Amino acid sequence: MLAVRSFAAPARRQCLQASTRAWASTAVQSRRQYATAKKGKVAEFHGQKDSDGLYTVSLIEGDGIGPEISQSVKDIFAAAKAPIKWEAVDVTPQLKDGKTSIPAETVESIKRTKVALKGPLATPIGKGHVSLNLTLRRTFNLFANVRPCRSIAGYKTPYDNVDTVLIRENTEGEYSGIEHIVVDGVVQSIKLITREASERVLRFAFQYAQDVERLKVRVVHKATIMKMSDGLFLGTANRVAKDYPNIEFDAELLDNTCLKIVTDPTPYNDKVLVMPNLYGDILSDMCAGLIGGLGLTPSGNIGDECSIFEAVHGSAPDIAGKALANPTALLLSSIMMLRHMGLFDHAQRIETAIFDTLAEGKTLTGDLGGKSKTHEYAGAIIKRL
Amino acid sequence: MLMRSSVRSAQSLLRTAQTSSSAARSFATVQSDIFKPTKYGGKYTVTLIPGDGIGAEVAESVKTVFKADNVPVEWEQVDVSGVESGDKHSEDLFREAVASLKRNKLGLKGILHTPVERSGHQSFNVALRQELDIYASIVLIKNIPGYKTRHDNVDLCIIRENTEGEYSGLEHQSVPGVVESLKIITRAKSERIAKFAFAFALANNRKKVTCIHKANIMKLADGLFRNTFNQVAKEYPSLETNDMIVDNASMQCVSRPQQFDVMVMPNLYGGILSNVGAALVGGPGIVPVATWVVMWLFLSLDVVMLGKDQANPTAMLLSGSMLLRHLGLDEHANRISKAVYDVISDGQVRTPDMGGQSSTHQFTRAVLDKMELAG
Repeated sequence: MLAVRSFAAPARRQCLQASTRAWASTAVQSRRQYATAKKGKVAEFHGQKDSDGLYTVSLIEGDGIGPEISQSVKDIFAAAKAPIKWEAVDVTPQLKDGKTSIPAETVESIKRTKVALKGPLATPIGKGHVSLNLTLRRTFNLFANVRPCRSIAGYKTPYDNVDTVLIRENTEGEYSGIEHIVVDGVVQSIKLITREASERVLRFAFQYAQDVERLKVRVVHKATIMKMSDGLFLGTANRVAKDYPNIEFDAELLDNTCLKIVTDPTPYNDKVLVMPNLYGDILSDMCAGLIGGLGLTPSGNIGDECSIFEAVHGSAPDIAGKALANPTALLLSSIMMLRHMGLFDHAQRIETAIFDTLAEGKTLTGDLGGKSKTHEYAGAIIKRL
Repeated sequence: MLMRSSVRSAQSLLRTAQTSSSAARSFATVQSDIFKPTKYGGKYTVTLIPGDGIGAEVAESVKTVFKADNVPVEWEQVDVSGVESGDKHSEDLFREAVASLKRNKLGLKGILHTPVERSGHQSFNVALRQELDIYASIVLIKNIPGYKTRHDNVDLCIIRENTEGEYSGLEHQSVPGVVESLKIITRAKSERIAKFAFAFALANNRKKVTCIHKANIMKLADGLFRNTFNQVAKEYPSLETNDMIVDNASMQCVSRPQQFDVMVMPNLYGGILSNVGAALVGGPGIVPVATWVVMWLFLSLDVVMLGKDQANPTAMLLSGSMLLRHLGLDEHANRISKAVYDVISDGQVRTPDMGGQSSTHQFTRAVLDKMELAG
């Protein structure tokens, strides 16, 4: 059954250009912010230091602006003396037995290092083959997608003080990929919800809530209409919640969540939201919209064995190679990665430097209304380190 | 059959559009010859389902206002309730409501409560839509003058397919712990809703129609929806069309909602985006919703939990005036909707959800006073 399932990924779009003007920092309690789970639990980080005292991280630079923004991350990490060495890997898709797959050495690398950082990948639309994001998720069984969104003080959007954390089930639901044409003109698409996958992501959500000290978990569902499928998700949540008595748990209808977040997102600042695939996909991008787009939000894909942290924006081929790209999303993702690896001090230092640079507003990239080049922005961050 | 009738309705919509090209953009629905409401003794009969909770209060408000304006509408009230009362009576009432709507072809409905724990039977809202084949839901998202929200110049319209998609109600448990829920997309229904959207755009003097989908993941299902949309679009060369993936659309909605005009989409996305849209302009209390044939009121459960006499009747009143336009009673409709907008714009009398102190009754009273002044 599991083998039949194919896991779908959302398409990542352009976004860097969408965000404009200046931003500045809210660099306060950042330890809470972009952390993932600690030791001894679901999705624990198993990576080991090499003999030279460094962790190896697989790096997928990505397409378009990917190499430029990856370079910024490398430079900043080197300046911060983070105990990381990079192992560049290639994910150019190959067709093996008619299925899209990534090169064996890449799989081997990520399975060895247990962690990867990934730039934007161009997904050809409508060409009939599975997206690379989805292939990665399926290959490494990355079951949870963590998407924090935090307002950047100084970067003005209609919404202030946004600080949401959203966890999305990544492997089944509406994106199960099971579809068929019943007769011409009639299509059935199956939303698959299993207790096992639901329980796994819910446990992760509760544990994440504990780790980042947001002691309220809210499950978002539509069990009024989808009584069995979302009902199963909700029922599982109720059961899992009993194992975490210190965490406040409640549930909310999808419609109400949409309405309330867009009206006023601040009541969600102390909560972790967890939901099935499609709702999570839509809501996480919507939350990114509240703070100015995907160019400012990190993302982590968590699996039992490996985890991949990524920038979810598009590869922006139109500005590639011109040093105009904003590396912030990838940087924030890399900070999330450091916390996942337990390197809290380095994460803290780099994050403070980023937010301070943004707050100062002197060296910003074009999408935020500045005039600086990618490397100048990175240079300003390095100076603060 | 479906397709033929939708072609016919689209043609009649086109005619309407041509004869009244200067029609107000905002809250008009489109006339169609397939659903002629009945008129007896100079009055239209309209089914009224007040619904649960605050439904009764806002329905009362509409009745009062309509009466004051001498609107030629006779209400046929059916007190359906979504709350499980334990007796078989609720099922009978539901049947009665369906029969009444089939007879009158027109109804105004408040919110029906759908409890999560309700087993066996699907939600009344969904059942009503499927039973009567109420296939399109129109949500008009527009800033109300004088009421400041986070976004300005929002004027968009969400048209949602109502009868299939994720809310097909087909679910089963393959083995314990594994549930499959079916999303159904058919060409016939996708075509019907696309035609409706284009005809609506023409009739209401709108310029652009955006198709919202997730065809990059659900290649077959949403792919069929999008392809059908593109096919239909060829028949409407005067309208600008584009398509957008649903997660991007929701992001764009909260950052730059001004870019949208008419949006058409399958069921679930419509549910999400209409709530997002409602929040953009100030909450569900002021957003009117019409579904083809039946005018609905769109409110969330949380609003139902409000205290007594606190509800905002704006959405119901605006839905009511949409209903009047549907009947061709534009004068009444304009008088009522203008009075509502004026009251809100004055800012003296507002219900708590809009930051005021007034009760439902006081708001209704203020609307009546405005109408008297104008009349």
